[in-house]
Amino acid sequence: MSATDTASASAPVDNQLGAVRAGLKRRHAQERRFQMIGLAAVFAALAMVAVLFGSVLFKGMPAFWQSTLHLQISLNADVIDVGPPPVQKAGQNPAEFEAELTDWRRALARVSWNKILEKAVRGVLPADLADAKTRDIVGIVASGERYALRDMVLEDPSLIGQTIDVDLLADANVDNWLKGNIDRSLGQSRQQLSPGEQEIADALAEKGVITQSFNTGIFFNVDSRSSPASAGLAGAFMGSLYMMLVVIMLAVPIGVASAIYLEEFAPTNRFTDFIEVNINNLAAVPSIVFGLLGASIFINWMHLPLSAPLVGGLVLTLMTLPTIIIATRGTLRAIPPSIREAALGLGASRTQMVFHHVLPLAIPGILTATIIGVAQALGETAPLLLIGMNAFVASVPSSPMDQATALPVQIYLWQGNENFNFFEARTNAAIIVLLGLMISLNAIAILLRQRIERRW
Amino acid sequence: MSDLIIVGILLALMALGYQVALGRYRKVTGRSEVRPHSRPAYHGLLVAIWCAIPALAVIIVFGLFEPVITRYVILSALPPEVRDLPTHELRGVMQRIHQIATGFGIVGEARPYENVAATRLGTYHAIWNFALVALVASSAVAGLVYTLRRITPRLRARNEVERVIRVLLLLCSAVAIMTTVGIVASLLGEAVRFFGFVNPLDFFFGTVWNPRFSSVGAGQGDFGLLPLLVGTLMISAIAILVALPIGLMTAIYMAEYASSHLRNIAKPIIEILAGIPTIVYGVFALTVAGPFFADLGAAVGLDISATSAFTAGAVMGVMIIPFISSLSDDIITQVPASMRDGSLGLGATRSETIKRVILPAALPGIVGAFLLAVSRAIGETMIVVLAAGNSPVLRFNPFEPSTSVTVSIVNQLTGDTDFASPQSLVAFALGLTLFIMTLGLNVVALYIVRKYREQYE
Amino acid sequence: MNDISHSPSAAKATATKAPPEVPQESAAVPKMRAEKVSVHYADKQALFDVDLDVPENQVISLIGPSGCGKSTFLRCLNRMNDTIDIARVSGHITLDGENIYDKALDVVELRARVGMVFQKPNPFPKSIFENVAYGPRIHGLASAKRDLEEIVATSLQRAGLFNEVKDRLDEPGTGLSGGQQQRLCIARAIAVNPEVILMDEPCSALDPIATAKVEELIDELRENYTIVIVTHSMQQAARVSQRTAMFHLGYLVEEGPTDMMFTNPTDKRTQDYITGRFG
Repeated sequence: MSATDTASASAPVDNQLGAVRAGLKRRHAQERRFQMIGLAAVFAALAMVAVLFGSVLFKGMPAFWQSTLHLQISLNADVIDVGPPPVQKAGQNPAEFEAELTDWRRALARVSWNKILEKAVRGVLPADLADAKTRDIVGIVASGERYALRDMVLEDPSLIGQTIDVDLLADANVDNWLKGNIDRSLGQSRQQLSPGEQEIADALAEKGVITQSFNTGIFFNVDSRSSPASAGLAGAFMGSLYMMLVVIMLAVPIGVASAIYLEEFAPTNRFTDFIEVNINNLAAVPSIVFGLLGASIFINWMHLPLSAPLVGGLVLTLMTLPTIIIATRGTLRAIPPSIREAALGLGASRTQMVFHHVLPLAIPGILTATIIGVAQALGETAPLLLIGMNAFVASVPSSPMDQATALPVQIYLWQGNENFNFFEARTNAAIIVLLGLMISLNAIAILLRQRIERRW
Repeated sequence: MSDLIIVGILLALMALGYQVALGRYRKVTGRSEVRPHSRPAYHGLLVAIWCAIPALAVIIVFGLFEPVITRYVILSALPPEVRDLPTHELRGVMQRIHQIATGFGIVGEARPYENVAATRLGTYHAIWNFALVALVASSAVAGLVYTLRRITPRLRARNEVERVIRVLLLLCSAVAIMTTVGIVASLLGEAVRFFGFVNPLDFFFGTVWNPRFSSVGAGQGDFGLLPLLVGTLMISAIAILVALPIGLMTAIYMAEYASSHLRNIAKPIIEILAGIPTIVYGVFALTVAGPFFADLGAAVGLDISATSAFTAGAVMGVMIIPFISSLSDDIITQVPASMRDGSLGLGATRSETIKRVILPAALPGIVGAFLLAVSRAIGETMIVVLAAGNSPVLRFNPFEPSTSVTVSIVNQLTGDTDFASPQSLVAFALGLTLFIMTLGLNVVALYIVRKYREQYE
Repeated sequence: MNDISHSPSAAKATATKAPPEVPQESAAVPKMRAEKVSVHYADKQALFDVDLDVPENQVISLIGPSGCGKSTFLRCLNRMNDTIDIARVSGHITLDGENIYDKALDVVELRARVGMVFQKPNPFPKSIFENVAYGPRIHGLASAKRDLEEIVATSLQRAGLFNEVKDRLDEPGTGLSGGQQQRLCIARAIAVNPEVILMDEPCSALDPIATAKVEELIDELRENYTIVIVTHSMQQAARVSQRTAMFHLGYLVEEGPTDMMFTNPTDKRTQDYITGRFG
């Protein structure tokens, strides 16, 4: 049985078969080409992810290890000439005691901590640098560290008179110099570090006095302009935390409630249709418009304070509300009607059906929706700029009404710092922290979904 | 302080009402033959609710009238020559009086009339707070007693409670509408004030953007929208040119070719791109992509500025890839399998099937996704703030620094904001323009996508 | 398994007793032949060692209760099962003596020769003209626009649809009624001029009148094409086909001339099925 046996069929069939066969090679080549383009697109997208994360990690990781001086500092009582801290005597007026304590603190602040630092550094300098200038020696240590030293004594006055081992951050430019972020071949007039400081830094690094140690300050310190080396994320983190609390406390209940209303109670009419269209559109409104809303309504009209996490949280609440509503409605819709019918069939009222049967089943989905919303709010920057959250705040906010900034805004502020040579790594380190938080949030969401997801 | 007292009193009364209602319910149903309509807890809840509702009404009414009455009280205590001061000076005086009264302290010495008014205000505040607490408590008690007397076995307490719950849920869904109303009202209100300073024609058709600083004085700047609009459109176009081919081809490959293994790994990874905060893209564009493009340009003899419309657009395109790919993926997989089979059964190759049958069938949905992506690109802020170079000059070369509507909003409204100058108010006119553009795109896109879904349902 | 008449010789033996309108000589040379065809979906076997001949220029219907593997078998004949990732086909199927599962054979060419019509009418969301022109276009069968128009017109005529749609060829194919849509799909299939047409329950989504038209059409098409039709309606099998094959639980139970199958089945299961005990 060969192909010629089919000659009994009409002649055009053979002609057509010929035409089909003639085109096959070209068509298969086309097919392969198309498939390659598709694969290339997928790999391009994957490559973007790799490049983005790669560059952030590559640039940011060094910031977690920072040049640190390991010094033995003798807190001589003759330099720290403040005497023991006052103790409240029996029958002493509290106000008087308070005044004494303040005096003691002031005295401690007046102590020349620089001198103590200088002495400690000189102690470890090699002999050929014995004539190093005081200014250069003090410049090696980050300027914020003398306050850290003072606070240490303030906490524990018994340290006076002892010699203690401490780790102090080196100055930002020393860190740059030792990490090789500064082009050493540039002329001295263009160097940020004076020649004396350069020599001292190199000598101390060689002696092992300055090493690259893990930098906890980036997590626990607040932002600082005067002492870039000790700038940290604590304030921004708290600001973000307060805002997320506001979002969770407002957006989640309101969002879930409106999703329940729209999905379970609302009659299908023009009004609910309008709400639906409205929510979908609101989800696609640019975030900066919510910032304008916040500036106009919360700041200008209601006179709420600028830069407050409360206001930021309100703006982000309005922004994430549609996301949470849409995600929750999806969850509710996925619950089979049979469960509702079963409850109604037993004589439950609609409200009882929703709160006793539907809602418990929807909880995993609602949690996921919450996390999606919070993650979106956590990464948002633009609207916060419009309500003053880009102010420089050098303290940890103690309430949602205090001035504060947020993690993404801190990234924005650091990338704009004039000492970008030093802050580039810190900016990327902050990005690592932010991305780490967001990835953990999403991982929790995925985990929750897998753990408590029900199958019908 | 008085707020806490009120909340405490109210909560206590509600708890009390709940308990008393339970007791009354037992007593009433115990001696009755009728089978009670609702469970006892609903009677308790009903009483607690009716305890709270009148009290909340009182608080709201008081809250509405407070500023009016405060103002009247202060004014009546001020000497006439102060009362006749121009509005903004008067506002300053009143603020000082408030600060004295609350013990906040003020700058400089307090004038005698200020002290008088502050004392008066203090007394009035004490009376006011006392009255508020008393009224809240008595209205709550009144509500409690009235509802308590209504308790009979026949009372449809559950239905009433459920009605209240339903109203609460409805109020929550109204928040979304209120947000829209708030957006429109605030943008429109402030924009109208801006158009009081600047002719709308000069704004919408002006070709020069140079708002100057408000502190410089009355010297009017130029508020021409066109340079910003051209920048926005150019950057968005570049972003779409990057994102559409990659996103669409990714979606096609994922939906039609990829093994489930590759799909399970690659899809979540690509979707990570959508979850990365835009500030991260901004920093990436500024510190990595921009310099790279500039070097690349230098290598091939093109003059590409590190911060340019191209840099911002390209990086924004990367951000939009997952947006387009996941929307298109959904839409492509919604095309019925019978279409695919029909074409393959005729001897079409997969790519022919995709190009000639699936894509045409999915076209409306993909157009919807595309429009949503455009709206996303137009409204994007941080990438453009950092990477476009902030140069509000009307030009059409994508390799030169540019700017956008969103960038100007940020520039005009950060720092010291004074809501009376055109320099600040212009941000709202820009926001209104942005809102209208994105709203139009969204409405059309969502309509198309909705119709498309219905077609295959 | 003794009672399953699955050997090709048995099929041939019964074929000689076919009704007189069947061309005798073509029955001797089967257009397609399946030998020991098994199909697995992942770990589940859906088809067990099916042997079946498809005689040329005849209509053969595959009947059996749902889930019996008749559609699965049909999809093996033009390798549509390739599109399902988890499906695995073993055994031999030949078309004019060529193994269609041979590596050297191009599946695109195979499907051009073995066309398919599906259960649910699935016109593309294009105009009527473009629907029919789709096959010729992708296969490059018409070089000039006139040729294409002619192919479309003849195909529609053969599918008995031309007179109904000739004035609205540029309207969407999805706008037609269900029966018209299915005839459009048949026109689309014959526009490529295939040698074999596979039909997977082509009338299950149609009303009785539309069904009658499609059945009439199938009878006419027999002159030029070899047709394999899957149906769950025994009446339909009796009306349109010369031969019938009965499937049950993945096995080919019995195969023979249609009138024989309905009047004198050899297998008890066929008997039960056609008398309506199960199915």
